[in-house]
Amino acid sequence: MNAIIVKDVWKEYDGRVILEGINLEIAPRAFVALVGPSGCGKTTFLRMLLSEERPDRGTITIAGAPLPREPGADRGVVFQRYSVFPHLTVLGNVVLGLELKAAPLLGRLFGSSRRAAEDEARGMLAAVGLAGSEEKYPAQLSGGMQQRLALAQALIAKPKVLLLDEPFGALDPGIRAEIHVLMQKLWHERPLTVVMVTHDLSEAFSLGTRVIAFERRRNEPSDGGRYGATITRDFEVWPKRIAGEPRPSKKKTMPGRDDPVPSTGSLRDDPALQGDTP
Amino acid sequence: MRLINRRPAPGVARLLALIPFVLVVVAYLIGSGIRLAENPSDKLLPSFASFAAAINRMAFQLDPRTGDILLLVDTEASLYRLFAALAIAVIIGLVLGIVIGLLPYFRAGLGSFVAVVSMVPPLALLPILFITMGLGEASKIALIVIGVAPCLVRDVALRVGDLPPQQSIKAQTLGASTWQIILRVVLPQTLPRLIDSLRLQIGPAWLFLIAAEAIASESGLGYRIFLVRRYLAMDVILPYVAWITLLAFLMDRTLAVLQRRAFPWFEAARASG
Ligand SMILES: Nc1ncnc2c1ncn2[C@@H]1O[C@H](COP(=O)(O)OP(=O)(O)O)[C@@H](O)[C@H]1O
Ligand SMILES: [Mg+2]
Repeated sequence: MNAIIVKDVWKEYDGRVILEGINLEIAPRAFVALVGPSGCGKTTFLRMLLSEERPDRGTITIAGAPLPREPGADRGVVFQRYSVFPHLTVLGNVVLGLELKAAPLLGRLFGSSRRAAEDEARGMLAAVGLAGSEEKYPAQLSGGMQQRLALAQALIAKPKVLLLDEPFGALDPGIRAEIHVLMQKLWHERPLTVVMVTHDLSEAFSLGTRVIAFERRRNEPSDGGRYGATITRDFEVWPKRIAGEPRPSKKKTMPGRDDPVPSTGSLRDDPALQGDTP
Repeated sequence: MRLINRRPAPGVARLLALIPFVLVVVAYLIGSGIRLAENPSDKLLPSFASFAAAINRMAFQLDPRTGDILLLVDTEASLYRLFAALAIAVIIGLVLGIVIGLLPYFRAGLGSFVAVVSMVPPLALLPILFITMGLGEASKIALIVIGVAPCLVRDVALRVGDLPPQQSIKAQTLGASTWQIILRVVLPQTLPRLIDSLRLQIGPAWLFLIAAEAIASESGLGYRIFLVRRYLAMDVILPYVAWITLLAFLMDRTLAVLQRRAFPWFEAARASG
């Protein structure tokens, strides 16, 4: 299966060790939440999983094969900002993934193949609660809606692995709770392994199947960058979350402390004229 | 209240905008009136009546010698050169700017070369152009291209480099090739920015055009100005200058409108950084 195996990975920038001795095995369909203090190398680690950076030492494999040397459609990503393209409409942002796959030369579809791609994209937009906003540009969307769009755009390419770098970090608490519900739903419904960086512990525990903390064991200024961060904690979240098996519905009346806030019909961050709620 | 916090009402603002124009015209009328009172045949600051006569002669009467309307012929010749040159410069700017801004191998190979070439004073190359390309249209168009294209290349390269790196990563995770990234991500976001720098290059483009026409030409707005200069025909020169200014101004406005119409997303995207 598509396990991600990280073996003794080190990363330095300009002679400063950022990450050291990272060993990690991520099971298929896991939802790993990565926490740690600011600047400890969480984004750096995610960039290595994306193939945007390469480890100085150690190996990363997916499904037994070494990570490709550049980013590709097998691993999707959502950043905190700049995830969507400002020059494309909401629909255009999602159709893009289908067009790039089907039209190598022009990167554009026409006629019936375009209509088919648009239908698929509309379905995806409805799934993230953006039905009705297809013709808007990203700058016309609220922060929460932009991140919903970023999720739809990433998922239309059907990645096996979804990498999230503080995707909800800039959102207001209420909107964040709503998008947590969506994130859980998407993870249950699709064959995804998720790695999410967050600086919010409660977010980590309310979404993840497993929470991993990066930290520097030694952090004296006199060390001069000889020590990097490594994995200091590794929790299995309890009670166990299993992909494809959402919690029993009694949770809707009595949510646990770490559960996402339950959906209450129309969502604060949804477009005003929306037919169906997710 | 502090001066920085005082704002004119919309009507007042429009009035303020008019004041400098009115002042210039009034100053001209006074100067012209004084000189013409001293010497009715003075040519330096002609009266508005002689402007009207000159404009009528150049723009509404057939020239007795050539049988053409001179202003029309001159404008056609100049605009043909200007638009041909700007089209070539835009294509060079887009192609080189995008590859230099996006592709590390091209940046390494061409970046400093373009930076140096853009420092060559184009007018110093004009004799070389006349020698190698002759006195026809090609050398004049080439001068404008040489004057304008390097700035466009550098500006486009900078704008491409300013695109958030997340965009290229994101496109790659959607399976895009380099070519597809250029076509679907970089080019459409570069075009509205290119319009910005093209607007700034309209002034220099006219400068190079008129310089080339002044030196070797048989038609064109610059040619006419330098031709009638021999007769101190200020009554022709000043309306021609005003006409060139108007044309340049209209080109600038047209590009601004084109940017708003063709790229409706751009204003908001630029504002939200
Ligand atoms: N491209 C880079 N070049 C040099 N240093 C970098 C680079 N990227 C990140 N760093 C440094 O690596 C450290 C970890 O950064 P990052 O992974 O972004 O931290 P986090 O995401 O945990 O806040 C920081 O000290 C940062 O300054
Ligand atoms: Mg980070």
